[in-house]
Amino acid sequence: MLMPLSPPPVVDILRFNTCGSVDDGKSTLIGRLLYDSKSLMEDQLEALERSADLTGGGQINLANLTDGLRAEREQGITIDVAYRYFATARRRFIIADAPGHVQYTRNMVTGASTANLSIVLVDARAGVGEQSRRHTAIASLLRIPHLVVAVNKMDLVGWSEDRFREIRAQFEEFLPRLGMRDVQFIPLSALGGDNVVAPSPHTPWYAGPTLLSHLEDVHIGSDWNLHDFRLPVQWVNRPHHPGDARLHDFRGFSGQIAGGVVRRGQTVLALPGGIRTTVQEIHTYDGAVEEAFCPQSVTLVLAHDLDVSRGSMLVSPDRLPGGGTSLHAKICWMHPRALQPGRKFLLKHTTNTVQAVVTGIEHRLDIASLEPQPAPAGLTLNDLGEIRLRTARPVFYDGYGTNRLTGSFILIDPGTHETVAAGLLHPPTEAVRPEDTDYAI
Amino acid sequence: MSGYQLDHLQHLETEAIHLMRECAGEFERPALLFSGGKDSICLLRLAEKAFRPSELPLPLLNVDTGHHFPELNEFRDRRAAQLGARLIVRRVEDAIAQGLAVPAPGEISRNRLQIPTLLAAIEEFRFDCCIGGARRDEEKARAKERFFSFRDRFGQWDPKNQRPEIWNLYNGRLHGGENMRVFPLSNWTELDIWEYIGRERLEVPSIYFSHRRACVRRGGQWLPVSELAPPRPSEEVRELSVRVRTIGDIISTGMLESPATSVGDIIAEVAAARVTERGSRADDRASEAAMEDRKKAGYF
Repeated sequence: MLMPLSPPPVVDILRFNTCGSVDDGKSTLIGRLLYDSKSLMEDQLEALERSADLTGGGQINLANLTDGLRAEREQGITIDVAYRYFATARRRFIIADAPGHVQYTRNMVTGASTANLSIVLVDARAGVGEQSRRHTAIASLLRIPHLVVAVNKMDLVGWSEDRFREIRAQFEEFLPRLGMRDVQFIPLSALGGDNVVAPSPHTPWYAGPTLLSHLEDVHIGSDWNLHDFRLPVQWVNRPHHPGDARLHDFRGFSGQIAGGVVRRGQTVLALPGGIRTTVQEIHTYDGAVEEAFCPQSVTLVLAHDLDVSRGSMLVSPDRLPGGGTSLHAKICWMHPRALQPGRKFLLKHTTNTVQAVVTGIEHRLDIASLEPQPAPAGLTLNDLGEIRLRTARPVFYDGYGTNRLTGSFILIDPGTHETVAAGLLHPPTEAVRPEDTDYAI
Repeated sequence: MSGYQLDHLQHLETEAIHLMRECAGEFERPALLFSGGKDSICLLRLAEKAFRPSELPLPLLNVDTGHHFPELNEFRDRRAAQLGARLIVRRVEDAIAQGLAVPAPGEISRNRLQIPTLLAAIEEFRFDCCIGGARRDEEKARAKERFFSFRDRFGQWDPKNQRPEIWNLYNGRLHGGENMRVFPLSNWTELDIWEYIGRERLEVPSIYFSHRRACVRRGGQWLPVSELAPPRPSEEVRELSVRVRTIGDIISTGMLESPATSVGDIIAEVAAARVTERGSRADDRASEAAMEDRKKAGYF
C-alpha cells in the first residue's frame, strides 16, 4: 500500500481583480478563463447559446457570462463588480471583475482592495491610456503585491512582437515610480483564447507562462501581519445566563484578529484606557485554544473587568500602534461632489466609527505624470490624493504598508450615509503613549 | 514558513463570522433568514460560532410559501428548537388573506408573493438587517451583490448605486425604514457549503439524500408529484431514486437522479457536476433577468 509522504497541501485562495478601459475585453477574458478551464456548466453554456441566437447573430458572447445585469447587456459594458469563482487542482480563485468606465473607478477600488493580484488589460491597438495608468496606480496604492499586464487583442495587430514590446516599454516608463516589483507581461487574445489557458501558436517569440499557469504558480506569501497583535473589539459576549454559574460571569471580547498572534496568559493593553491585563482564555465555539492568529475570529476573556466595548482595541504592549486625533492619509475620493477642506464625515476604522473633519488637502495625484499636484479645487470623483484629518476621539492605527486592516478607513457622509472615500493611513510618527490616555476604570 | 495558515474553508469561515458580528454590532434589530436549506444551515452554524456562549442575539425568520417540502419545515422547526432560537414564520397564505400579497390571475407560483410577505415581516418587527445565505456563485445577478446590500424604503436593490465595499469595512448606516441585507456566504461555492457541512458534521434535511419518489418529466426536468402538483393526464409517473440539489417550492424544484446517500457522496457529485445548482430551478429559468427583477423588487 502506498503511504502519503506528507499531508495534502493546503488548498489556498488567490483573489484577483481585472481592470481596463471599456472594450478592452475584461469580461471576455474571464469568460475565456472559465470556459477553457472547464469551469462553465452546461446550462450556463446553453443560456449563452440562447442569448447568442437572440442578440448575437449566432456568435457566443463570453462577456454575457459576467455582465449579469440587463443594463450591462444592453450597453455592452460592465457596471458593477462581478465576483466569479473557479478552482483548479492547485488553487481556488475569486475573481473581482471591475468595470472599466471611469465613472465606476470606485467599484474597481472595491474589487481591488482584497486582491492578491491585479490584471490590467490593455488593448494592443490602443496602447497605454489614462485608464491603464489609473488602474496601475490604484493597484500600487492598495499595495497589491502582484501585477499582470495582459496585452489583449494581439490578433488585431498581427501578433506583432514589436507592438508588444512597445506597450511593455510604455508601462516600464512609469512602473518604477509606482514601486511595483512583480509585474508579468502576457500577450494574448481573450476572444481566441491564445495564452489564456493554452499557449498560443501565434506567439513563438513569447517564452513566458500562460495567464492561468501564472495565476496557479504566483507565490502569495501571507498577506497578513503576524507580528503586531491587534484585536479590534466587535462585540461584547455576555451571556447573562441566570441558571449557569459559569456563564453568569462570562464576559468575552469578540473580534477578528487584525494582526499578530495572541497566546493564553499573555499581557495585552486595552485601548483607549491603556490598562494592562492578561488573556485568561481564548474562547472559540470549538473549544478554548492556547493561541490564535490573524485573521482568525475569536473571543478573549481577560483577567480584569475593564471598560472595553465595540471600537476598543486590544494590542500587544511591546508593539504599540500609533494613536491620536491627527491623521495623514492617501485617499481615493468616490463621490461626484468634490471634497473640500472643512467637511465633516464619519470615519470608520476597524470596528470604531468616529467623527472626523478634513483639515487639509495636501495634493492630488496627476494620473498622466503620476506626480503630486496642488488641488485648489479639492478632490473630484475618482481622484487619488493626500489629506489631513482631525478626529473627535483618538484612533489607534498602523501604517497601511504595515497592516492593511489597521491602516485603512472609509469616510461616510453623515447626511446621505454614502461611502465617499477609501483611506490609507501613513505610518504613525510616534507610538501611542498609554500613560497619556484617559484612565477609565 | 510559519504554521499560521488557514485553509480555504477556515478563511471563508472567519470572513463570515466577522460579518455576523458586524451585524450584531452595527444594527439595532437584525434577523437571520433560516429556511432549513443547506446554505442557511451553514449560516446558523456560523452564527453559533460568532455568538456562543451567548444566546443568538437575533431571531430566525422564514417566509413560508405554503409550497415548501414538508421535510424542510419539519427540519426548520426542529433545528430552531434545538438551538433555543426564536423562530418567526410568516406565511404567504396569510399575506394573501390580508391583501398584502396579491396573486395575478392564474398565478400558481408563490415565488413573487414571497416578496411582499417578507417586506411586511420586516415592517412588522422593524428589522433593520436581514442576514441571508445567498451566494454569489448561484446566479449572475447575485454575482454583483455586496456583502452589505442596501435596500431603500421600498425594499429595492439598486445595482447601479451600491456602496463601495473596501477591505473589510462595511457601512451599515441607515435612515429610518431602510434596510440592509447581509450575505456572509457571498464568497462560498456550492462545493464549499458541502465540504463545510461535512467538516462540521451538520445535519441536513433528508431530501438532500437519495430517496425513492414519484416524479413526472416536465420542462426538461423531473418534478416531484405532490398534492399541489398532480401529474397531468398525458404524463407518465415514474418512481425514481432522486435527491434535491437546491430547494425551492415543491411545484418548481427539479429532482436530480442520484445514488448519493452521504455528505461524502454529495461532495463527489457536486465536484463532478456539469450543470449549475440553479439549473434545476424553474423560477430562475423564466428569463435572462428573472433574478435581477425579483431582487430589485425586494427579494432576498
